[in-house]
Amino acid sequence: MSQLEKKLSDGVFTVTAEVAPPKGTSVDAVVDQAERLCGITAVNVTDNQGANMRLSALALASLLHQRGIETVLQVTCRDRNRMALQSDLLGAAALGIENLLLLSGDHSRFGDHPDAKPVFDLDSVQLLDMTAGLMAGMDMVGKPLDGTPYFFPGAAVNPVAEPFELIFQKVRKKVESGARFFQTQAIFDRVGLERFMNAMLPLNTPVLTGILLLRSAKMAHFLNDHIPGVHVPESVVARLESAADPFAEGIAIAREVVGWSREMCQGVHLMTLGHEDRIPDILAD
Amino acid sequence: MIISERKPLDEIRKIVEPLQRFFLIGCGACATVCKSGGEEEVFQLQEWLIDQGKEVTGSVVIDEACHLPRTGRDLRHHKSAVQEADALLVLACGGGVQSVSSQTEKMVIGGLNSVFLGNVKRFGQYEEKCSLCGECILNETAGICPVTTCAKGLLNGPCGGMEDGRCEIDSELDCAWHLIYERLKQQNRPGVFARRVPAKAWSKSCKPGRHQLKNTGR
Repeated sequence: MSQLEKKLSDGVFTVTAEVAPPKGTSVDAVVDQAERLCGITAVNVTDNQGANMRLSALALASLLHQRGIETVLQVTCRDRNRMALQSDLLGAAALGIENLLLLSGDHSRFGDHPDAKPVFDLDSVQLLDMTAGLMAGMDMVGKPLDGTPYFFPGAAVNPVAEPFELIFQKVRKKVESGARFFQTQAIFDRVGLERFMNAMLPLNTPVLTGILLLRSAKMAHFLNDHIPGVHVPESVVARLESAADPFAEGIAIAREVVGWSREMCQGVHLMTLGHEDRIPDILAD
Repeated sequence: MIISERKPLDEIRKIVEPLQRFFLIGCGACATVCKSGGEEEVFQLQEWLIDQGKEVTGSVVIDEACHLPRTGRDLRHHKSAVQEADALLVLACGGGVQSVSSQTEKMVIGGLNSVFLGNVKRFGQYEEKCSLCGECILNETAGICPVTTCAKGLLNGPCGGMEDGRCEIDSELDCAWHLIYERLKQQNRPGVFARRVPAKAWSKSCKPGRHQLKNTGR
């Protein structure tokens, strides 16, 4: 059982972070970055994040695993069909990776290969179903596996998106399909998070709040204009605009979201974008 | 209807450059409606070729260029003009171009790009509603196809990129799942939301598609 699964099962407030594979084969810097993360249970390894082609997430997750760093392997439906997804997951299991975050994935149009054929042979619910099948010893067509993988599969949600009922029906499906934890999109809205966590109560599935470290008002505007599903409220933008030290204000904002999460959620997922050294400040009470 | 648009003239110019005589073919169905391969566009292309110093041996607008026997018949009617040409230049969809190429040994040049199976919104404005996937889910999705009108073709609800009911790839585009949700709610039925939709059987749209009308013996 992974530390992530154990801590979430034991009800311990859990912290994860994330790293992105390099564009190229130079992995030393990102391995160092992952090793410097302190107080973190597991590190997400992103899968061609933002539809930008990078080194394989599975390869980097395996390299980190070899160094004793627990990972959460992100797997998207954008680049691989059901055969490739199944074989990659079996490969991940053979390499010792248990934690998964199973996603639809950003559309190829956003990234650096806009002419690539977007696959989406499966959606995230079907990817979860497929993973549950592998864990039960069967591939998608019901053929038995020689050696059954064990995973701790998670899913993503944007808890403040509207209409809530439409968003939440998919959350329910994801739980039915075997999602054991949720990692949220970056959150800045306490009321929205509260509504979501109240709805989550009967589903009994832990939630890690997505926390994005804002460096400036400019960054907040960029997120609002260009990143699907991320919404930085006006009040937060205003705080960054009027702050003497916007970066320090960004850390303070992240710390507040950690505070709400300690009250309502089971952990946090930190997206610090190269400022891993500030994680202790963000987690400080 | 098959939506098509003319290839850039620069691209056509490069293909016709080493050749001299052309027989022109248009299509009386979709390409006429799209104003990419009707009488008018065939005539314009003829004028353009003459401007380029080329010869046009003749032309025909086939009633439906996707109809193989009809295409063969029309080519036979224009046998001598076809024979005189170095190449047949076709203003029809990819289906039409291949009707022609299957009926002649001559070099065939396609002058259009086929874009999608489209509905006409108003004159000159088309929208893709159906992608001919072979396994229709419309009865459960309030008559709105997520396979086609969701950019990712998701079957179990919207992705995390939906914002204010709009699609993540284009804020001008409605999120298909938001439309399905609103319509089903209005009709007071759960529809597709009542179940987890399993992975799609893409074998139903295996290429190349073949279909034979069966005698049902009714």
